[in-house]
Amino acid sequence: MNPASNPALRESHLFDRRTIAEIQRAAAEGIYDIRGFGAKRHVPHFDDLLFLGASVSRYPLEGYRERCGTEVTLGARHARQPIELKIPITIAGMSFGALSGPAKEALGRAASEVGTSTTTGDGGMTPEERGHSKHLVYQLLPSRYGMNPDDLRRADAIEVVVGQGAKPGGGGMLLGHKISDRVARMRDLPMGIDQRSACRHPDWTGPDDLEIKIQELREITDWQVPIYVKVGATRTYYDVQLAVKAGADVVVVDGMQGGTAATQDVFIEHVGIPTLPAIPLAVQALKELGMHRKVQLIVSGGIRSGADVAKAMALGADAVSIGVAALIALGDNAPEHDEGYRAIGSAAGYYDDYQAGRDPSGISTQDPELAARFDPVKGGRRLANYLRVLTLEAQTLARACGKSHLHNLEPEDLVALTIEAAAMARVPLAGTNWIPGQGSF
Amino acid sequence: MSTTTEIEVVDLSLTPLRELNQRLHDLAGADGPRSWRITNPSGAHNIACGLDADIDVVVEGHAGYYCAGMNKQARVRITGTAGQGVAENMMSGRVTVDGNASQAAGATAHGGLLHVRGDASSRCGISLKGAAIVVEGSIGHMSAFMAQTGTIVVCGDAGDALGDSMYEAHIYVRGAVAGLGADCIEKELRDVHRAELGGLLAEAGVAGVDVADFKRYGSARNLYTFKIDNTY
Ligand SMILES: Cc1cc2nc3c(=O)[nH]c(=O)nc-3n(C[C@H](O)[C@H](O)[C@H](O)COP(=O)(O)O)c2cc1C
Repeated sequence: MNPASNPALRESHLFDRRTIAEIQRAAAEGIYDIRGFGAKRHVPHFDDLLFLGASVSRYPLEGYRERCGTEVTLGARHARQPIELKIPITIAGMSFGALSGPAKEALGRAASEVGTSTTTGDGGMTPEERGHSKHLVYQLLPSRYGMNPDDLRRADAIEVVVGQGAKPGGGGMLLGHKISDRVARMRDLPMGIDQRSACRHPDWTGPDDLEIKIQELREITDWQVPIYVKVGATRTYYDVQLAVKAGADVVVVDGMQGGTAATQDVFIEHVGIPTLPAIPLAVQALKELGMHRKVQLIVSGGIRSGADVAKAMALGADAVSIGVAALIALGDNAPEHDEGYRAIGSAAGYYDDYQAGRDPSGISTQDPELAARFDPVKGGRRLANYLRVLTLEAQTLARACGKSHLHNLEPEDLVALTIEAAAMARVPLAGTNWIPGQGSF
Repeated sequence: MSTTTEIEVVDLSLTPLRELNQRLHDLAGADGPRSWRITNPSGAHNIACGLDADIDVVVEGHAGYYCAGMNKQARVRITGTAGQGVAENMMSGRVTVDGNASQAAGATAHGGLLHVRGDASSRCGISLKGAAIVVEGSIGHMSAFMAQTGTIVVCGDAGDALGDSMYEAHIYVRGAVAGLGADCIEKELRDVHRAELGGLLAEAGVAGVDVADFKRYGSARNLYTFKIDNTY
């Protein structure tokens, strides 16, 4: 349907209306588009995989009655106190600064309620999130904003962030209008300026240095807590092997469609590989080192449902992590805020301007009035509900495949709907035994 | 708290690093020796990192990476050279290197004083967040990159791209600067700066240098907001 209702008008595939609008915007403003959320383009994803339920040759488990375990231990490789989670779905690192204090609190409340972990972000640890999070992972980022040894020793795990799926090779940014007094103080920066976070760590440059850096973190924390290494998915096979060699207890691999608070659109859409091919690459790297299931693999980037969780785990992940989906569960993009979104040129279901700080839902803002709209108790309850649903859905699928624990799901339980997904996920195209790129046929 | 005057000597050729660091960490808010000598460091990494006690530690020899990393309160002195990231992310206290320091000395440090008697290599004071760094010799390229707050005093020369993308840190250099990084400019040395500079030199115990010989560098603040013409 075109606005002129003239069936003879033809929209270009290459120059569709959105592309034309973006060219016009760039021509008018002279600066690239910066936004939040994850990639919006289509990429091969978990939707392109299906489970083979039990049949004559496989025996299913009874839904609701028979046990299907979901617990996971993270970081037992070196840490005296590994993280023990009830469900394998964790909350990804999202900075205080990008998110409001109450939103961070809600993430902690929900995670604690269902027995999983939450993660700090660029900008340091707030007392609110420490207080409300039973298991809190503390990020060591290139910027080192707010980094201090007391918080390091207060953390339940430490995550060395090398990169993020939305922007592998890129640093962070927090635009001036989101820099409240408190955010500026926590980051030791002036008020009101556009903050850029470094893309490289200041005091190490390669895998050999990283190994010593990780040792330093272990020494400072007396070898108590696990150390994760997070990478954006690009050269995943090599990155995972190097992270393991550097001593990581847990490797976090974030696919290119993973969310962000503020990144150039061109970066979000055009750098990195999707989550789907990243998992088999990571698993291969771990297996070749004899480290699969010893160093845990956490996968993120586009996890939305229990099916996504189950598929990631069947491909070999030990746990998954969610960012955008968690914000949506809190109330981001909710229809009740539609009017507010429209007032700032967006609409419920489309909102991605997390960088702008004008979020009518009160989640991605530092404006006290907007932030006050968000109720951390109610938001936390919604997210806890959502996390329970993800878990129940994943269990349902696992039982159908005859698995008494989510970790028992395996690639053999999966087939692919497209040749691309078959090649990337390394499972056969449905109805064939063909895995493109594997052996001969 | 007891203040034994005896010096606790730990020989790193005999004692595992883990044991040494644990003993030093156990002093946080607790009794124990206040004066430590670490012998035979032999370039070991992560010596005396994560301290949080009002103690004196002398590392007799060369230290590897991240010596005195994230230090709080303690006074740590390295009589030889220090590897990468000495006193990185220091919060308070004082770290002295009698010899030269490698890359990223005092990186991201929030507080306290890092005093290097020799030269410091590249990226000295990178992402500095409030600490003071006094280098009696010269510093390498890309020093004070994205330095946020705090002060860097260099009695010798500075390498290329000094203060690239820096924020509000203060940089004082007595000798030649090979080149300034993006958005870093020379600024007027006013009385308040002379006072700050003189104070730091005195605190570090550096004598015989005249504050009037220094030039001050800081941010032009052109990169503080995104602009179309930031074509560096
Ligand atoms: C609002 C927001 C803020 C984020 N901040 C950080 C951060 O500070 N550090 C980090 O490593 N990743 C950050 N991320 C990325 C997430 O940790 C995670 O990798 C990503 O959201 C996973 O993809 P998903 O959103 O599709 O679940 C952020 C993501 C969002 C949506």
